[in-house]
Amino acid sequence: MPLDGANTYGEVHMKFTKLMTGAALALGLATAAVAEDKTKVGFVFVGPVGDGGWTYEHNKGRLAVEESFGDKVETVFVESVAEGPDSERVMTEMALNGADLIFTTSFGYMDPTINVAAKFPNVKFEHATGYKQADNVSVYSARFYEGRAIQGHIAGKMTKSNIIGYIASFPIPEVIRGINSAYIHAKKVNPDVEFKIIWAYTWFDPAKEADAAKVLIEQGADVVLQHTDSTAPQAAAQDAGNVITFGQASDMGQYGPLPRVSSIIDDWAPYYIARTQAVMDGTWTSTSTWDGIGAGMVGIGEISDAVPADVKAEALALKASLADGSYHAFTGPLNKADGSAWLAAGETANDGDLAGMGFYVEGITAEIPK
Amino acid sequence: MDLSAINPIILIAALISAATPILLAATGELVAERAGVLNLGVEGMMITGAVSGFIISVNTGSPAIGFAMAAVGGATLSLLFAFLTQVALANQVASGLALTLFGLGISSLMGQNYVGIKPPRMPDVDFGPLSDIPVLGQILFSHDPIVYVGLFIVAGVWTTLKFTRAGLILRAVGENHDAAHALGYKVKRIRTLAIMFGGACAGMGGAYISLIRVPQWTEGMTAGVGWIALALVVFASWKPWRVLLGAYLFGGITQLQLNLQGAGIAIPVEYLAMSPYIVTIVVLVILSADKSRAPGSLGRIFHASQ
Repeated sequence: MPLDGANTYGEVHMKFTKLMTGAALALGLATAAVAEDKTKVGFVFVGPVGDGGWTYEHNKGRLAVEESFGDKVETVFVESVAEGPDSERVMTEMALNGADLIFTTSFGYMDPTINVAAKFPNVKFEHATGYKQADNVSVYSARFYEGRAIQGHIAGKMTKSNIIGYIASFPIPEVIRGINSAYIHAKKVNPDVEFKIIWAYTWFDPAKEADAAKVLIEQGADVVLQHTDSTAPQAAAQDAGNVITFGQASDMGQYGPLPRVSSIIDDWAPYYIARTQAVMDGTWTSTSTWDGIGAGMVGIGEISDAVPADVKAEALALKASLADGSYHAFTGPLNKADGSAWLAAGETANDGDLAGMGFYVEGITAEIPK
Repeated sequence: MDLSAINPIILIAALISAATPILLAATGELVAERAGVLNLGVEGMMITGAVSGFIISVNTGSPAIGFAMAAVGGATLSLLFAFLTQVALANQVASGLALTLFGLGISSLMGQNYVGIKPPRMPDVDFGPLSDIPVLGQILFSHDPIVYVGLFIVAGVWTTLKFTRAGLILRAVGENHDAAHALGYKVKRIRTLAIMFGGACAGMGGAYISLIRVPQWTEGMTAGVGWIALALVVFASWKPWRVLLGAYLFGGITQLQLNLQGAGIAIPVEYLAMSPYIVTIVVLVILSADKSRAPGSLGRIFHASQ
């Protein structure tokens, strides 16, 4: 079956005509004329494009697609789409309006993406951070945990109270991986370190994120790591003084050199451009991509001068070893929190274990919410 | 588990501050609803207040002027709702929803150049020796002025509604606008004023988030507080002190659950996360077992010819 944009649209359009009345048909034909020579790429965002974090970086990827292909591509996006049924409606609408490729950029869009993809077999879907694939659904994510390892190292070295606060969003594997990776590397350089974890149950709620940061700081944390999308915890830490933070998903450089001492930067642009190109060429196939520092999908923001030079050098060495693959962030010996053995000495975690991670490593005393 | 990490004094002080945005927005909405107007645009007015207060504060360097202009911003946006519902006689539910969408959009447009900027800090009120009183001093006398303004507004709304002629007229308009009209009261004018008051309060509530609680500007940063305020008015049976109680309960339990999580208490996190909503609803529903009910003309369109 030909896969270029116009024909893909044609397939959708066939279904469309069966479903719709004459008026809608006329409208559909009008869009068909436009879609003829353009590949239409849709993006579904969980937060506003101005969140300064997660969605901001995905939108940068979208803009890079536009810049790279110019007139040959048309992008559409919908921001602040709630995870769940609402997202299904948004995706359906995008597909009906002739999108050839749709990126759904939050974990909670996983089942909606699979459902909508089943109804539109000729539209390509790309779901971020999930694990359910289909013939027309690829999954992609970045190995953020490699960045978390570097954060954990710096945090463990720099904490004076030995209490590290962690604002978590939802208890999904990606977030749990981040906590484990940060903990392992903090513990490695500072055996006395303790993690306090607060689950915010939101990706984006600046007031709540700020409150969580304040509570952690009041309870003695002098490092606050966040896995939520806004810059609110940075502002709260700045206000409190003597607390360090790390940019999440985006550089958040406006909060440097203190409290923000470094950051994890998601760089989706190369992937988005490559996938759009594949749709144009008709070479798109369902794939599972999971790239890290080495491939450039995870960037480490500049380590500020607030970090002592020796710690900075160690962090950069760690980054280099993660990038060239000589070191894996989950290297044994490691036990699970319940005391059972996980990785033997020198053994590294396989991707299957990492993708479905639902346990803390030994030393974290908290429980993971079910 | 380490409960000693939680300082109850800081916890109570934090809940008072955390509850202030909801309190302000809900009190404003209460006045509008007592006048018979259901304005679902609270979220939109809050975020507009949040961005206008932020922009003005950053440019003037004065948070106080920022808050004043946040109130003006919220009230200005609410005028749009007043025009739609009082002059054009549009449906209140639809107009309110439209107002929220419009507010979210215009605020992100206005705030584009203000992401990542730090606003000037509003100093706490100086109570002199009062704030040195152990325990009470830190709980009651260590806040920024807006916390006290919020309490003052609740007290003022209660007094006005209960004891003054103006309050009686406002309630009459809300209970039965035809009768109030027959008595010669200007139903539309009174409702427009009530809507503007609601807008001003919501605007200040929004600015409290962007100027004090977070403090920064981020698109969509009110993240649903306006809807909680709306629900609170209903559960509080349209009574100002119950709104205060509800806001403090909600803010307090939100703070408490974050603290308990941080302290690693053995209650499952999902129960902790839902607790603010459940406790607030249960308490206010029990309280509303008396014969309180919605204003008689709530949500109905008034036209003198009908």
